[in-house]
Amino acid sequence: MIVFEKPHALTDVPFHYCPGCTHGIVHRLVAEVLDELGVEGTTVGVAPVGCSVFAYNYFNCDMIEAPHGRAPAVATGVKRSNPDLTVFTYQGDGDLAAIGTAETVHVGARGENITIIFINNAIYGMTGGQMAPTTLLGQVTTTSPYGRDKQLQGNPIRVCEMMATLDGTAYAERVAVDCVQNVRKAKAAIKKAFTLQQEKKGLSIVEVLSTCPTNWGLSPEKALDWLRENMMPHYPLGVYKDITKEEQN
Amino acid sequence: MNRVTFKTDLCKGCGLCVLACPKKIVALEETLLNAKGYHPAGVKEMDKCLGCAMCATMCPDLVITVEKNV
Amino acid sequence: MSEKLLMKGNEALAEAAIRAGCKLFFGYPITPQTELAEYMAKQLPKREGMCLQAESEVAAINMIYGAASTGKRCITSTSSPGVSLMSEGISYIIGSDVPCVLVNVQRGGPGLGGIQPAQSDYNQAIRGLGHGDQHVIVLAPNSVQEMASLTGEAFDLADIYRMPCMILADGALGQMMEPVDFGAHTPREIPEKTWATNGHKNARKHNVVNSLYIAPEELEKTVLDRFERYAEIEEKEVKYDTYLTEDAEIVVVAYGITARIAKTAVRMAREQGIKAGLFRPITLWPFPSKELKALAGTTKAFLSVEMNMGQMQSDVKLAIDCAKPVTHFGRTGGMIPTPDEILIHIKKAVGGDN
Repeated sequence: MIVFEKPHALTDVPFHYCPGCTHGIVHRLVAEVLDELGVEGTTVGVAPVGCSVFAYNYFNCDMIEAPHGRAPAVATGVKRSNPDLTVFTYQGDGDLAAIGTAETVHVGARGENITIIFINNAIYGMTGGQMAPTTLLGQVTTTSPYGRDKQLQGNPIRVCEMMATLDGTAYAERVAVDCVQNVRKAKAAIKKAFTLQQEKKGLSIVEVLSTCPTNWGLSPEKALDWLRENMMPHYPLGVYKDITKEEQN
Repeated sequence: MNRVTFKTDLCKGCGLCVLACPKKIVALEETLLNAKGYHPAGVKEMDKCLGCAMCATMCPDLVITVEKNV
Repeated sequence: MSEKLLMKGNEALAEAAIRAGCKLFFGYPITPQTELAEYMAKQLPKREGMCLQAESEVAAINMIYGAASTGKRCITSTSSPGVSLMSEGISYIIGSDVPCVLVNVQRGGPGLGGIQPAQSDYNQAIRGLGHGDQHVIVLAPNSVQEMASLTGEAFDLADIYRMPCMILADGALGQMMEPVDFGAHTPREIPEKTWATNGHKNARKHNVVNSLYIAPEELEKTVLDRFERYAEIEEKEVKYDTYLTEDAEIVVVAYGITARIAKTAVRMAREQGIKAGLFRPITLWPFPSKELKALAGTTKAFLSVEMNMGQMQSDVKLAIDCAKPVTHFGRTGGMIPTPDEILIHIKKAVGGDN
């Protein structure tokens, strides 16, 4: 009996991602959740500029390619005009926390019933390794070649904590996909996010700490180690807002 | 017998499956190169496979399908 | 006689959009178009519609992109600086072949400019709405009636040709009140939107709305396909109006509110024995080049009158291959030309010959 295979919500198009890049894992988790909730036929995904801009080739649901930073606004347009659709965005850290910060904050403020899958790999991947808003202090990138400097380039942004302060945010959790145990937790978080969307509870966002072996200059294995040792202390995993918990107590 | 099958031409030789396997039976081919020019992952001692799918869980490229005789 | 209502231009346009089956408005406040958004905010919730004020014009145009991608009619309106903010989104909408209606109620520019009427965004609308090889159908109303009747047409054109359609108005048209009859528009046949991303319901392959083509051959092909549609539009969809041009020695070319002022000047010129005429483009793109070229055979000179420093003037010259002199008179910054001022320039343009 097959116990593990490609989810239906993914096409047969091979991923273009670099070897060991965890985008591929997160794509699969989202697709598995779409299968399990049986919503592929009523889902629209919005993928903006970034490594995941080609997501329209990989997901079997209807897809829209959005301008850099604007996926939450595009998703708002889709959802507001078709409230019965399931709508998700799949965004990188440069997209969500730099150029798209206003759009991100305002879907939280408005409590848009959409789900944001936010890939935080502390770097701009597609354009070749530049500093992102989530780049850690001291982290070397092509635009922070001497290591990110607090005075010169400011501080990394903790998105889940920020989004949790917005009343319209129903669910905000930070997960990782660095090991099997965390991949399973990440899937549970993604499933909960989509479920809350269906229950019209407001905005759900899952921030996934992710690797970028190529631009970090590390092997896939070492990249996972680097993530655990450097990113997790600054970006603690956990649930930062869960409206269903607040409803209980 | 539990079985894992690899779509070898999709594999990018990243090795995440090798790390994940609790029985340490997943390994990258030594000599064989796949269509992409990577050493693809594979399992030689299939009889030791638990069908736990931990390798597949960590695979970023949907290379691995897991069967378990239940 | 169908019912006539006395309405503000901005509100008449909004009402016409709703009657054209557009139940979705995403926008942002900016003078002098904000009444349009306010009208939508009041009306749409009562008429199974949805009106949302975005956090910026950038977000608003991207909400339009999302809603329009699902095949729904939707509209946004803004004014000059807002159009500049929307330009990337507009280019994506063009590059993804998605229909929608955009409204620019122009104000004086550049920069923050002013809030009085102007036509200084002509070049932006005709050539520079967004990066890349592209056109957008641009309609120029010159009355509250046309603010309404051109809106119905704009939605049809957008849906038929799968592209944005812009209504280029100005602060005067937006703010003034005139009687308007909403019965005028007879809708055209619209092709089914099989391309829409509204959920495949397991009944079709997934749809993708996208403007990214990494392979240059593919990108070029999409642009060439679009330009074939543009050629068809230039062939079939030109709209214009003329007044006393048959025997005119001097033809004033003007659109929008300026055309009404120019018409008075043309009448004043006729009373003083000057054979003046008025040519009013209603579609600024596709520009009525053929019709202007035909006039170039009979008339001696053209005078373009605009509320800017001379923008449509170059298109008039291009249309007639500079066969005859094309001078310009305009006020800008929110100043509105008067008939007397235009008359002086008509005389100059005619007198300039001998």
